[in-house]
Amino acid sequence: MSAGRSAPSGVLVVGASAAGLSTAEALRRKGFRGGLTVLGAEPHQPYDRPPLSKQVLSGAWEPDRALLRRPDQLSSLDASFVLGDAAVSLDAEARTVHTASGRVLRADAIVVATGLRPRTFAGQDGLAGVHPLRTLDDAAALRSALTAASRVVVVGDGVLGTEIAATARAMGASVTLAGPQSAPLESQFGPLIARQLAALHADRGVDLRLGAGVTGLGEQDGHVTGVHLATGEVLPADVVVVAFGSAPATDWLAGSGLKVDNGVVCDSSCRAADGIYAVGDVARWHHDGLGALLRLENRTNATEQAGHVASAILGENRPYTPVPYFWTDQFDVKIQVYGVLSADAEVTVVEGDMAQGRFVARYRRGGVTTGVLGWRMPKQTRMRRQEVVDVFQDSRSGGTS
Amino acid sequence: MKVTVDDEKCCAAGTCVMVAPEVFDQREEDGIVILLDPTPAAELHDAVRECVQVCPAGAIQVSEDA
Repeated sequence: MSAGRSAPSGVLVVGASAAGLSTAEALRRKGFRGGLTVLGAEPHQPYDRPPLSKQVLSGAWEPDRALLRRPDQLSSLDASFVLGDAAVSLDAEARTVHTASGRVLRADAIVVATGLRPRTFAGQDGLAGVHPLRTLDDAAALRSALTAASRVVVVGDGVLGTEIAATARAMGASVTLAGPQSAPLESQFGPLIARQLAALHADRGVDLRLGAGVTGLGEQDGHVTGVHLATGEVLPADVVVVAFGSAPATDWLAGSGLKVDNGVVCDSSCRAADGIYAVGDVARWHHDGLGALLRLENRTNATEQAGHVASAILGENRPYTPVPYFWTDQFDVKIQVYGVLSADAEVTVVEGDMAQGRFVARYRRGGVTTGVLGWRMPKQTRMRRQEVVDVFQDSRSGGTS
Repeated sequence: MKVTVDDEKCCAAGTCVMVAPEVFDQREEDGIVILLDPTPAAELHDAVRECVQVCPAGAIQVSEDA
């Protein structure tokens, strides 16, 4: 197809998760025949992260089921996978990456796809009973801890924290959810839907201790004993899950010559510098439709953006103007969001019924629909995606997304 | 081309329906994928391959030689 004059002879993708793998696949799909290397910090074959807090954590799936591709699919990519070796530095001008084991990898085009790193408590390393959840190994460790836990406290009232609380509770654990908001996800969903989510968790037996910041952990003999709240209260725990956010994994880019500011700053086609691109959770690019820099931490963006980055590498510079989408599964409720929500939006239920636990809500700000949220109504929610498309289109180009 | 779907892996995002509505649909009650056409016509093959790669749950497989 378009692997023409400007196509590089070799591409290095730094990051072997959904965004990195999808970029490699999209390059091949679009006709790229040059050398392709995928570098991954973890030893595992590329795997999917959304199931970690749900099917893998609950044990409904064996960990292998979270692998993104079968071995034969990976080998048909004709890419060299260098796994278990983290990138430690990038020289953007020389287009060279150094790795932890001492490898030096050079390519005409380099794609940064290193994702996120969970935020942690100061001093939590080495404290038994404290668990982040970002990797397959984290999920295995937390699963093992949960099966023996007597009191679990999940610190974090966002998507990840609430999913983990739901999974742990469904596994039979005694679970407390702590976080600063008065209801889970309130800053994103607004009070109406956040209260519905709080009610769901309370109904299923999660103890909600919200509205108070967490100040630290209690410990005894190297094991966590509880979570300290700003109110002075202590929530006793033998397992503490740390899920209060994450940051783009960009520390290895210090001195690279790239602009790093809450992610790798890119132009509208996801290019960070000549021959350097960023994709997925780590990329903060200029969304021409919104007229602003945007960084999305969600699974569908990883693959969608990968397609655009592959095109850009092959010389086709189209602005990337997606309609953001994410979903979360908590107990038997699937919540899906198209567009952008905000806590102060005017929220109207446009289909279904909140009391019945099945509905679609429309979010409007300044008379414009900016988002739709579905609660156990996936198909109906997707069919309303069109209502938010205009907000994300670049009016200058008139393009569709 | 032969298409198969794993409805236990499906996360009901409906991405496939947006890319290849001739081949995929979603159940009304829970949004899980419905495979409309397991052996799509040749002109749909590129779209189906794209679905395999963009499915956020990796729930679609194709076998090219079937």
